[in-house]
Amino acid sequence: MHLTPEENDMLSGSQGRATQKAMQILVALGEIYAATRCIPVSSVQVAGVSYDNLGEAGLAFLSEMADGGGRVRVPTTLNPAGMDIENWRALGIPPDFAENQRRVLRAFSRMGVTITCTCTPYLVGNLPSFGEHIAWSESSAVCYANSVLGARTNREGGPSALASALTGRTPEYGFHLPQMRLPELTFEVQAHVSGTYDFGALGKVIGEHIQGTKAVPYISGVQAASLEELKSLSASLATFGGAALFHMAGITPEAGMVTPPDKRRHVTRSDLDVEAQSLTDGDEGEIDFVSLGCPHLSITEIEHLARLLEGKLVKKEFWITTARATKNDSDQLGYTAIIEAAGAKFAADTCCVVAPIQGRFTVMATDSAKACYYASGKNRFKTSFLPFEEVVRQAIE
Amino acid sequence: MRFQGRTIYHGTARGEALVTSQSISFFGGVDPESGLVVERGHELEGQCIHGKVLVFPSGKGSTVGSYTLYRLKHNGLAPIAILNAECETIIAVGCIIAEIPCVDQIPVNQIPPGSLVWITGGLVSLEEPAKSTSNGGC
Repeated sequence: MHLTPEENDMLSGSQGRATQKAMQILVALGEIYAATRCIPVSSVQVAGVSYDNLGEAGLAFLSEMADGGGRVRVPTTLNPAGMDIENWRALGIPPDFAENQRRVLRAFSRMGVTITCTCTPYLVGNLPSFGEHIAWSESSAVCYANSVLGARTNREGGPSALASALTGRTPEYGFHLPQMRLPELTFEVQAHVSGTYDFGALGKVIGEHIQGTKAVPYISGVQAASLEELKSLSASLATFGGAALFHMAGITPEAGMVTPPDKRRHVTRSDLDVEAQSLTDGDEGEIDFVSLGCPHLSITEIEHLARLLEGKLVKKEFWITTARATKNDSDQLGYTAIIEAAGAKFAADTCCVVAPIQGRFTVMATDSAKACYYASGKNRFKTSFLPFEEVVRQAIE
Repeated sequence: MRFQGRTIYHGTARGEALVTSQSISFFGGVDPESGLVVERGHELEGQCIHGKVLVFPSGKGSTVGSYTLYRLKHNGLAPIAILNAECETIIAVGCIIAEIPCVDQIPVNQIPPGSLVWITGGLVSLEEPAKSTSNGGC
């Protein structure tokens, strides 16, 4: 890989230990994936923030980078933490966890990372435009940025995204190259799909089919898709298929620039129902945790939720996870007051995937296919996968 | 049988192959405190990856997986090596920072489960199936 004098200088250690380590990670990736050079990136999203995921080992890695003089060179935002930074006590987060979480956030702050704590950076100001080269982690946001926004990023791991933040660069390979963004398999959707639930199920159908092959899917037959539906599809495709990119005819910006692959597979209502049912293994009668906001809720979803909860009373532990900035909008618009009056709780800055809640509940109800996957593996809950309105109905019944 | 692959992280390792045809998400799919595969319905659910040559086609899921590999290593529960068909960035970065030997571009479906695998650089050699396996276990 050819390095510029500036990049060689970073690698030599003369710009500090953290910059050197960051450049070492990027050069190692570049050599593996046969990149010929590094390219500048304009934005970074860093995952690996919850102390529950990092542990002491991960925190030590981050502290070394901060102690070693690491400083971001491009705008850098952060994934959800393991708790609501302000309201953690009310959510039952232990004080020692809160202290360790603050140590993680301090390490990121010292490096100049904006403490956004959201998996939807594109809803809170980190919104790359078409064709922009970026280095993002957070699998759902990677898939959304590549597919819906037309920006260009690989599926960065937490440490490699941080390495790009500290150097302003990424090795040029994979989804940064136009020829790597071409679709290989057409999925013809022969059912009417609507809502986050349907799009989550669609992501699982396609994800299960492409997992292991990494083929870019071209999806046809979907008439319309909202931001929220595309957010749900991106999260599910990344969870079950490891997908970084999809094209959707008539919806995503690159779909019209590529040829739909001849190799086709049909997706029927029955395919969607089978995958949706596979995400439910808990009895409805045993639901004791209700969760909306994976990925983080948009202000439109919060408005919808407020209308559904107005004048009602929630009878189960109900978490609404969203970005701090989105919650501030909700406060101002009066939605927060309505939702909290019903007894549901806002958990900003965090989510039910990364909070330390393993074993705390028996059955979780959610509209998120991604959340079902992590609730069962990581948190040992049973799950009930339901449409958004049904999830709310479960909470107030 | 021998295969020449692409070195993701250099090193030498010899151990029993734990093989799956399914992708792995280390975050959420493997418990960093026990080394057990916990993904519901996964072919390897309930099995321990510690001390094994872990053979799977590719990574999937959360981008936090790099840190899970790093934690497994610090907890003394990491696989001794990883073989992939196509190693993606998340696994590669995890192997680099955790210093786990890793080779990809290997025909993973040709490696019999339980066989003894020798990895040196990008060269992967299969030996007679192991009689006893003492190097793993959770």
